[in-house]
Amino acid sequence: MNFEFSEEQLMLREQARGFLGQHCSPSVARSVLDGARNFDPDLWQKVAEMGWTATAIPEEYGGLGLGYYELAIIAEELGRAVAPIPFSSSVFLASEAIMAFGNTAQKNKWLPGLASGDSIGTFALAERPGSATADNLLSRYDQQSVTGAKAPTADAMIANFAVVVCKASPGHVHLAIVDLSDSSVARETLKTLDPSRGHGKVMFENSPAELLGEHEVSWSALENLLDRAAVLMAWEQLGIADKALEQACDYAKQRFAFGRAIGSFQAIKHKLAAMYVKNTLARSNAYHGVWALASDSDSLPLAAATARVASTQASLYAAQENIQTHGGMGFTWEFDCQFYYRRAKLLSLAIGSERHWQDRLVSALQRQRAAA
Amino acid sequence: MDFNDTSQEAAFRSEAAGWLKENQLTDADREGRSPLEVAKLWQKRKYEAGWACIGWDKEYGGRGASPIERVIWDQEESKYSVPSRFFVIGQGMIAPTLMVWAQPQHKENFLPKLASGEEIWCQLFSEPAGGSDLAALRTKAEKDGDDWIINGQKIWTSQAHYADYGIVVTRTDPTVAKHKGLTMFIVDMKMPGIEIKPIKQLTGDSDFNEVYFTDVRIPDHYRLGDVGQGWTAALTTLMNERLAIGGGGPGADVKLAMEIASLVEINGRPAIEDSAVRAKIAEFHVLEAGLEYNGYRAITALSRGELPGPENSIGKLVGAPKLQAVASFCMDLLEESGVLWSEDDLLSSLAQRSYMGAPGLRIAGGTDEIMTNIIAERVLGLPQDPRLDKGIPFNEVPTGN
Repeated sequence: MNFEFSEEQLMLREQARGFLGQHCSPSVARSVLDGARNFDPDLWQKVAEMGWTATAIPEEYGGLGLGYYELAIIAEELGRAVAPIPFSSSVFLASEAIMAFGNTAQKNKWLPGLASGDSIGTFALAERPGSATADNLLSRYDQQSVTGAKAPTADAMIANFAVVVCKASPGHVHLAIVDLSDSSVARETLKTLDPSRGHGKVMFENSPAELLGEHEVSWSALENLLDRAAVLMAWEQLGIADKALEQACDYAKQRFAFGRAIGSFQAIKHKLAAMYVKNTLARSNAYHGVWALASDSDSLPLAAATARVASTQASLYAAQENIQTHGGMGFTWEFDCQFYYRRAKLLSLAIGSERHWQDRLVSALQRQRAAA
Repeated sequence: MDFNDTSQEAAFRSEAAGWLKENQLTDADREGRSPLEVAKLWQKRKYEAGWACIGWDKEYGGRGASPIERVIWDQEESKYSVPSRFFVIGQGMIAPTLMVWAQPQHKENFLPKLASGEEIWCQLFSEPAGGSDLAALRTKAEKDGDDWIINGQKIWTSQAHYADYGIVVTRTDPTVAKHKGLTMFIVDMKMPGIEIKPIKQLTGDSDFNEVYFTDVRIPDHYRLGDVGQGWTAALTTLMNERLAIGGGGPGADVKLAMEIASLVEINGRPAIEDSAVRAKIAEFHVLEAGLEYNGYRAITALSRGELPGPENSIGKLVGAPKLQAVASFCMDLLEESGVLWSEDDLLSSLAQRSYMGAPGLRIAGGTDEIMTNIIAERVLGLPQDPRLDKGIPFNEVPTGN
C-alpha cells in the first residue's frame, strides 16, 4: 500500500503552483470580474502551452497520456488560483465525455483540438431550476439535429462546441455535439454570482448535431461520467478551501484587536482549526477519489460522491469563514476574500449540489450493503 | 498511489492470516476465564510466536515490522474477536515513553513483559487540579538519599486497580515555572502507601480510579529522563496517546445507521428513503471515510520515515463527537424505542452504549477544546492565548478554591 502521490507528481504540483503564482495572481481573476470578459484568454493559452489541457488525453489523440493523478494536482492548483478559465468544462466534462462515449473517428476529430486548447468544449445539461433527470429533459436529438434550450451552461459564450444532453428513450439520453458557432444556435450571457467563470443560455433550433457514439446512453452511464468529473471538481474545490484557510490564518496572525493578534482568541482559533479539520478530511477523501478514478475501481461511485460532498462542505465553510475572520474588510470589493466565496459556491452547484451528491453517496452505500 | 498489497505485503498478509487461523482463541480458551485472563492468554500466545507488538525491535519482544505490516496485522487480527483493550495504554503509550526515556536495564526488563501481556501498566498523569492544564499538577516528589518520596493524588487513572506498574509525573521543584519543575518516574503499583479508589462513571461502570500516594518511596533509577524534564517525557506519552486512542474503537457507526434506517419506517416508508436521513448518513460517512483515508496517509508518511505530527490529533477530535452524533441519530430513528437498552440482535444497545460512553471519549486524552488548540497552535501556527501563569514560579501562580 502507498497512499501518496509520486515524486514526479509532487514535482508537478510545485511547478503548477509556481506557474500560477506568476501568471494567475488574484489580480487576474479580479480583472475578469471587473471587466466585460468571460475569461482570460491569455491565461488559457499559457495553460494550454503547459500541456495541462492535454494531461489525461491519450497520446494517439494529441494528448500527453498522463493520468488522473496529474489532472487532480492541476485541478487543485487551478482552484487555489481561482483561475478564470473554462478548464473544468473543457477538460473534466467535454474531453471526458468524448473519451468515454465517442467512436474512434470522433476522438480523432475532437480530442486533438481539446488537447491543444485551440478548441473549448462545454457540457450542457441544465435546462431550468431543479435537478435534471433522464425523464425531465426537454431538449431533443433527432435526425442529426438538436432542438431545445440549455441554461445555465458554463462557459457557453466562449466554447466552440457543446456536448448537449438530450432526452431519449426512458432512462436514457442522447449526447450530441453541437458547433456553437452555427447560425441556428443563439447564445445570451446570463448574469451569475461568479462572472470570472461566465455562464450563458444556449438555444438550439434544428441545430446540426453529431451523436456521440452511435447510440443513446443510459442515465447511469452519464452518472459515471459525472462521478469522474466530481472527483476532479473535488480537487479544484479543495484548492479553494486550502487557499481560503491560508488567507484567514495569515490575516488572523497580523490583525490586532484588544492588544493581541486576533488569532490568539479561541473564537478565531477554533474556527480556523475547524476549517483545517474539514480540509484535511476532504483531502483524504479526495485521495481516495482520485485513486478510485485512476484505477477504475468499482468503488468509484462511493469514492466520488464522498470526495465531492467533503470538498463542497470544506470549500464553502472555508470561503465563508475566511470573510468572517477578516471582519468588515472581508466584505469589501477590494479584498480578495470574495473570489473564493463566489467560486466555492459556483463549483458546489456545477454537476449537482451537495444534497444531490449526498443522495448519490447513500445510494452507493445501499448498493454496497445489498452486495455484501 | 496504490491500495493493493505489494507482493511482499501479500506474503506477509498470508503468513499472518495463516497463523491467526491456526492459533485463534477457542471456546475452551474462553471457558472459565475473566476477560483480562483471556486477553493475557491471547497476548502470550502471540508473543511466543513472534506476533506481539510486531513493530517493536526484536530485543524488546517485537519483530521490527514496518508500519504497513502493522496495519496488515491489525486488519487480519481484527477479523477475529480478540480482546486488546487492556494493552492499549501499556503497549501504545507507555512503552514508547520507556523506549525513549528509561534506563537500559529497565527497557530490557519491562518491555518484553509489556509485549507478552504479563504486566499491565497505567498512566498517572491527571490530577484534581491538573486536567486540561496538566502541567499544573501538584503531586510532590522529594529527594531522600538515593530515593524519592511521593505524596499527592492522581485521578482518571484507567486500569490502576489491576496494574502492576505505572508512570507518574510529579512536581520536583515548585519554585520554577510550571512546565520546568516536573519529573517522571516508574512506579510499582504494589508499593506500600498507594491507595486506589474506583470512580463510578455516569455509565455506571468504573473504568477509572483515584490514586493516592502517601510517602511512597521510589528508587532514583526509576526516574524517566532528567530531573525537570518530566514535561518533555509526558509529551512523548501524550502524542502516542492520541495515536493509540484514535476514533475510540467499535461503536455506533454508518453501518449501524444504515441497518436501522433500512428496518424502521418514516411515514410508512423505509427511513432510508427519507432525504433528511440520507443527508445525515452521508455526512457521517464523509467523516468516517475521511478518518480512514487520513490514517492511510499517516501510515504512508510513517513508512517513509516521517514522524507522526500534531495533525494526528484530528482522529479523536473528529471520531469522538461523530460517535456521539451517530449514536444519537440511530436512537432518533428508533423513535420512542430508542430509550431501550435492548439485548435484541439488531438494536443490541450499541447506539445506547455509544451515546453514554461518548462524553468520556470527548474528554479523555485531551478534550475537544484542547485538541482544537493543538491544531490551531502547532499545525496552523496561530499564537497562544496569553497565559497568566507564564514564566511565573509555580508556587506563585494564582489558584481558585
